[in-house]
Amino acid sequence: MSLFPPIEKKRSGWQLFLMTVVGRSYPRVVGMQRERSWMFFDVFLPLLSVAAYVFVYRAIGAPEDYVGFVVVGGAMTAFWMNVLWSMSSQLYWEKEQGNLALYIISPAPMMAILLGMAVGGLFATLLRAIAIIAVGSLIFNVTYAVSSFWQLIAVFSLSMVALYGLGMMSASIFLLLSREAWHLANLAMEPVYLVSGMYFPVKNLGFWAAAAASVIPLTLGLDAMRQLVFASGPTLGFLSVETEIGILVILSVTFVTAARYLLAYVERLAVREGRLTENRR
Amino acid sequence: MKGAPMQKSVNLRSFLTASWLGWQIESNWTDPFLFATYSIIKPVAGAAILVLMYSIVTQGNFDSPVFAYLYLGNAFYQYVPAVLTGVSWTIIDDREHYRTLKYIYTAPVNIPFYLFGRAVAKFIVGTFGVVITIAAGVLFLNVPLDWSRVDWPLFLVALFLGVLMLALSGLILAGITLMTARHSYYIGDVVAGGLFLFTGAIFPLEVLPNWLRPIGYLLPITYWLELIRRSLVGAVAEAFPTFTALSNGDLLLILAASSLVFGIASIFIFRYCDHQARERGLIDQTTNY
Repeated sequence: MSLFPPIEKKRSGWQLFLMTVVGRSYPRVVGMQRERSWMFFDVFLPLLSVAAYVFVYRAIGAPEDYVGFVVVGGAMTAFWMNVLWSMSSQLYWEKEQGNLALYIISPAPMMAILLGMAVGGLFATLLRAIAIIAVGSLIFNVTYAVSSFWQLIAVFSLSMVALYGLGMMSASIFLLLSREAWHLANLAMEPVYLVSGMYFPVKNLGFWAAAAASVIPLTLGLDAMRQLVFASGPTLGFLSVETEIGILVILSVTFVTAARYLLAYVERLAVREGRLTENRR
Repeated sequence: MKGAPMQKSVNLRSFLTASWLGWQIESNWTDPFLFATYSIIKPVAGAAILVLMYSIVTQGNFDSPVFAYLYLGNAFYQYVPAVLTGVSWTIIDDREHYRTLKYIYTAPVNIPFYLFGRAVAKFIVGTFGVVITIAAGVLFLNVPLDWSRVDWPLFLVALFLGVLMLALSGLILAGITLMTARHSYYIGDVVAGGLFLFTGAIFPLEVLPNWLRPIGYLLPITYWLELIRRSLVGAVAEAFPTFTALSNGDLLLILAASSLVFGIASIFIFRYCDHQARERGLIDQTTNY
């Protein structure tokens, strides 16, 4: 007797695409609720880092808005961690665990699988980021002065589309890697926190360094959000919010489109070179 | 009586072989140049975040004792996650990634010494990071380190005791790891990240709220970092009131005593966890999160 009911209606086209997205995002969201200790560590650990940087600012007598910068930056690190470890290196892990070949031989589109990972990861991480901001703001008495709620939503949404698009794009590159994948992901933490201005206004890096760092969507997203939610934000911003929104739109389109083509190319390459099932520990 | 030299050789052999193995695992995924770059970028970026934060607020006043305090504390704190994770992550690495832990257990190997050996590679990589960070601070950021005035005996004794204390703490975490599933985080990094806030690594303990300070006073890492600062830049360390009542000898005594306590506790805790893991058949479990 089969464990699963017979498939009465086979889906294809956009219906299959949508079902795959839902199917791949489901374990991301549900898995997080089932392993409660992860919720604790995912919120508690970033809060400790945030607290450490807040106390550094207080030790050197920084203006109170900088405390808010750290809290918001600390919350946004959750998204970067998610993109890095659960998007970029995900196909590498799937290969290590033997799931990747199953994805390839199923009728589900790989793009939908990546999108499902992104949607599920984004939702789960959003809950954690909200918790970090709420708890951090309460503990450190952060005051916000939102100048435009709609612009804030637009900036956040565009940042997430561009960021997860970047994650989908890099996932296909990581597919070709072996042990280097882990090391590369590990390397992209502190240096990215530095160049994207997670704990200080990115303007202070200087124009050209900040412009180069703007390739990472968090840089402009975070800068625009700080301009929109803190009283001193506009004076410390890198570019105007409108310009940053425009660049984020370009980054979103570029990364998502590039992800689609790169994934198809790398998948063909991996199949040709027989690297989909390799496991070089 | 013949057993003692044999035991010694097993311990030493376990340590040395594991050190070599750990180094191969850490470094042979790429060429030496890329590995050196990789080892340097992370710690330098971490230090640069603090430098920029400090520089933005103080308009680049790097001559203040506060800067030397946080810079050196941050530099040496790199040893904490390196050693804690080096010892404890080996359990997950061998049990779930390479799936060799059961073979290690069946070989004539002293497991704690093997774990210490596996941490050596991370200690060496951590040392690269510490040296590069301090060199950058001295060369470019006016960190007032005068080599002729460094109290080398105090520095070396404090460094040895501190690393020993960290390795023993790592053994406690390794014991706990033996009994737990693989999770998405590293227990060593979690603990190191948590202690970063309380040990006065990057700000004096006086900055913490009153009710949090006792945690810092209970942690040996706090005293270790203070001793390291005093041995390297005595004048800077004296500018902060946290431990002015304690002499270097007092601090060394506290560090030595706490290392002893950690040592005894780690042996018992690891033995207990090891026994439990064997009883429950966890030595070769694969949780694969």
